[in-house]
Amino acid sequence: MIGQAVLPTPELVFEPLLPELVLVVFAMAGLLYEALAKRTEAVVHLSIGLVGVVLAGGTSLWLWDWDGPATVLGDAVSADRFAVLARLLLLVVAALGLLLGHQYFARSGDEQRGEFTPLLLFATSGMTLIVASADLILTFLALEILSLALYVLTGLTGRRAANEAAMKYFLLGAFSSAFFLYGVAMAYGATGTTKIAAMALALTGTGEAQALAVLGFALLAVGFAFKVSAAPFHMWTPDVYQGAPTPITAFMSAATKVAAFGALIRVLDVAFQALAWDWAPVVWGLAAASVVIGSILAIAQTNVKRMLAYSSIAHAGFILTGLTAAGSAGIRAAMFYLVAYAAMTVGAFGTVMVVSGRGEKRTRIGDYTGLARTNPIAAALMTLFLLSLAGIPPTAGFIAKVNVFSAAIDAGYWVLALIGVVTSVAAAFFYLRVIVLMYMQEPEPAAPSLTEKVGIGAENSATAILAIPAAATLLLGVFPGVIVGIIRDASVLRW
Amino acid sequence: MIRLPFVLLFSAFLFSAGVYGVLARRNAVMVLMAIELMLNAVNVNLVAFSSSLHDVGGQIFALFVIAVAAAEVGIGLAIVILLFRNRASINVDEVNLLKW
Repeated sequence: MIGQAVLPTPELVFEPLLPELVLVVFAMAGLLYEALAKRTEAVVHLSIGLVGVVLAGGTSLWLWDWDGPATVLGDAVSADRFAVLARLLLLVVAALGLLLGHQYFARSGDEQRGEFTPLLLFATSGMTLIVASADLILTFLALEILSLALYVLTGLTGRRAANEAAMKYFLLGAFSSAFFLYGVAMAYGATGTTKIAAMALALTGTGEAQALAVLGFALLAVGFAFKVSAAPFHMWTPDVYQGAPTPITAFMSAATKVAAFGALIRVLDVAFQALAWDWAPVVWGLAAASVVIGSILAIAQTNVKRMLAYSSIAHAGFILTGLTAAGSAGIRAAMFYLVAYAAMTVGAFGTVMVVSGRGEKRTRIGDYTGLARTNPIAAALMTLFLLSLAGIPPTAGFIAKVNVFSAAIDAGYWVLALIGVVTSVAAAFFYLRVIVLMYMQEPEPAAPSLTEKVGIGAENSATAILAIPAAATLLLGVFPGVIVGIIRDASVLRW
Repeated sequence: MIRLPFVLLFSAFLFSAGVYGVLARRNAVMVLMAIELMLNAVNVNLVAFSSSLHDVGGQIFALFVIAVAAAEVGIGLAIVILLFRNRASINVDEVNLLKW
């Protein structure tokens, strides 16, 4: 009888979703401010963004001690500590991105676009959602939320290079999303569910559905490999990282990797854990291809942003190397690497922003000649971040590399670890080349020093922001223990 | 009653046609349309699975995909229009300021 039919509805527990709700509310507040205020101040936009990020961070911290159900909202959102740690990392990166972006627009000559802060917050909300997502429908939606916001952020300045980068990012990104989606559809067909916990149960034991599930996983892997820029799906990375405004490159190079790896970890180690023998070779191949292609092609680059883009491809490979070890060991290695990588890549691109000056004129590697004379602080910061990216002690990059290699060796993939070590040595060449240029050569006489160009105030505040990633890079390198306990707590996925 | 494999084959064909379109077309708007074709192939797939599994989840997913595809077209066309204003061409081969 109509009226008596009872529809089963999931119990509505919204607390584990609070960080995303806060971010979206503040993003909308920023949009309303831009639309309704007569004259908008960049500082107000920045404050709205920072308050939103800090509040979202506070609610995430509160979720660390969440003792409610492991998944809420019909098993769609996970409330485990893994999600909390990934969210906190993403929010720190977002705050740095907001601050760097504010500096960039203040001195680049481009007008500060009111969309910048809301779009960055929307992108961050997609990223924090994807790491907590326990349902592939939600994973897909979060992936699109972060991607669509990033496409627009890439082309934000409307310059030709930025516009081109946005175009390439959009077309290739949408292409890869379609593969991802096809993979989700196959996995749904194989298991009859899109919830990753139920998927894991459906895949244990049965042989019949597994062929379809393996096909689904292969297609999902294409989508994830694209988002984390793992070879051979890395083609967009150099173009987009070079063309996008530098603070946005800094934000997306770190945050997109954290978000996509967070989702990938959940898919590999929960949904497809029964198929570990099938996915491990795929991850192996992606990791080997990424470290080799990223490290070799970076040597040939003449633009710093492109070089760092290829380096980020290699780093995606190192993180995948850690993930070949299934379960908690792999998650620990990958999480530590993500924290270290976020610090050093935001720092490196931030320093590139400081050096590049008005209109991003100085991004060639040749422009770093003699930087130690014209701008010693920027040169010192760049040296620290490059050493860390190269994996030289006592920086975070070294400890992170040791972790992923030992995880891979423990899981029996010592060939992959060997490839990683060899390519790390080769990669040290192009990082050290920049350091040699900065310290051991005289500046070109025509090159004006940076302080003449933009004024010492803007220069100092941009450098002050970079103190945060610099401190993190050093601290994690010297005292990695400060974060090991936290990562151990966060490396258990609840489902 | 159409059997499931036929629908899946149809969807695979649509998806492949979309992939071919993305790789072969040089006009950015045509590439965008080919991507839409791929998304709709997935929708066919989802609805077919949903019907054969007697589970409504797949159909709900298809609705989400339709909404996302609409948002994607909005963003994509905006980027294409900006590109056209910048260089009076939407041929993806001529977009070569940043070298591969």
